[in-house]
Amino acid sequence: MTLFGKKIPIVFSLLIWFIVWEAIGQAKFSSIIPPFSGVIQAAITILPTEKFHTAAMISLRSFGIGMALAILAGIPLGILMARVQGVGRILGMWVNIFVSAPISALVPLLMAVVGIGETTVVVTVFLFAVFVIILDTQVGVVHADRSLVDMARAFGAKRHQIYTKVLILSALPEMLAGLRLGAIRGVKGVVIGQLLVAIIGVGELFELYSQHFLMEEFWALVVTVFLFAFAVSEAIAALERRVEYYASAR
Amino acid sequence: MPDDAIVEVEGIGKTYPGGVEALRNVNLAFPRGKLSTLLGPSGCGKTTLLKIIAGLIPHNAGEVRVNGKKIQGPGPERAFVFQDFALMPWATVLRNVAFGLELRGVPRAQREATARRYIAEAGLSGFEASHPNQLSGGMRQRVGLARALAVDADIILMDEPFSSVDEQTRRKFQEDLLDLLRHRRKTVIFVTHSIEEAAYLSDQIALLSPRPGTVSRIIRPNVDRGRSADEIRRDRNYLDTVDEIWQILKQYV
Repeated sequence: MTLFGKKIPIVFSLLIWFIVWEAIGQAKFSSIIPPFSGVIQAAITILPTEKFHTAAMISLRSFGIGMALAILAGIPLGILMARVQGVGRILGMWVNIFVSAPISALVPLLMAVVGIGETTVVVTVFLFAVFVIILDTQVGVVHADRSLVDMARAFGAKRHQIYTKVLILSALPEMLAGLRLGAIRGVKGVVIGQLLVAIIGVGELFELYSQHFLMEEFWALVVTVFLFAFAVSEAIAALERRVEYYASAR
Repeated sequence: MPDDAIVEVEGIGKTYPGGVEALRNVNLAFPRGKLSTLLGPSGCGKTTLLKIIAGLIPHNAGEVRVNGKKIQGPGPERAFVFQDFALMPWATVLRNVAFGLELRGVPRAQREATARRYIAEAGLSGFEASHPNQLSGGMRQRVGLARALAVDADIILMDEPFSSVDEQTRRKFQEDLLDLLRHRRKTVIFVTHSIEEAAYLSDQIALLSPRPGTVSRIIRPNVDRGRSADEIRRDRNYLDTVDEIWQILKQYV
């Protein structure tokens, strides 16, 4: 961001928002927008509590398991769709539908299938994350340099070597982009899953705070979840930048 | 056919899916230890023919024999130098050059020692740890050549290796290539659309006519390569060869 011709670090943009937020809150414009300072105070109060820790652990576990499954299923499926024409044609349409479909609407249905509990949340995370991972992996492998594959074959690469030594590395930038988008959607998946069906973890806290109109606590939780999603996405983005550097010559 | 042909191409035909006939009944023999060129206008199927010899694309008719044996796909006696270099952008020069040996399961220390030797020979010492995007086009192609030499194949297939390299680099590279070939008895099959390049480098030139590609003439320039590059370029035979090829190719352009 630049202001009056000077480059301003990105944190300052957040700072301006916080000031605006504080001002609106202090003006008592609406009871659902408490002052930002109040939110910070609430955060300091709730974050060390046992209740929050338990909720965070449950949510993290669901997120971790759901993401792991999404990666384990999404990447091989994406590669398969890129390499086997029939599979790509059959599954491609479905993946494209589901990547843009409102998965949240399906979540209550899941309840009927997998019941109410952590499993539902794991499945929700999985569904939120997996399609974009499949799609980006497929794009990455499809756009992998044809002549690198020819090169590997010319130098005697066996089938599995073409995958491990050329195709996957070649598709890594797109795969990481898919992973990053998948992780962000996964965070949404945890919260929505916990809110809609299984009243556990962070979702339970959201429910609790909003029902009792504890807006400071509610916003503190929103900011915490946002910061978590931001941190995960930045960690993957850092990895992406390292890979991008090598991939820039493609 | 010469007695000592290392690669023989017999009755090769290739029709691409969709019905485009790229090659029809191509017969050629490539003498051992010599540099042969496939020369022709664009669309004559010269790259297709080279990739068939490499075993990279299947053909519809005829057969390719290397050392008298019919080929079934790529083989360790053939190495390929690509027009677009085909270097792995995520790997260092050292790993790129050693890649052929890596695929064969040569232990790391051994393959890197070999690669270093060929990197030095290609004039790239000091760039072992660089990545391809830090190199110029000419240097990238030297990496491609070093990679092909490192696997110690008898036959080196080169697909317009200098076409994406600037003119000065190209001349220097051509001279280095001739030098290199004098020292090792490699058989080189070289695809180009440059008449001068073909006449300057080759012991045998196969002229291909387009659509469908077929051999229209074989020329063996009688150019004495024992002399300096500048002398070769002023040589009577060299100039005659260039002229002769142009007279034939003119009708296809």
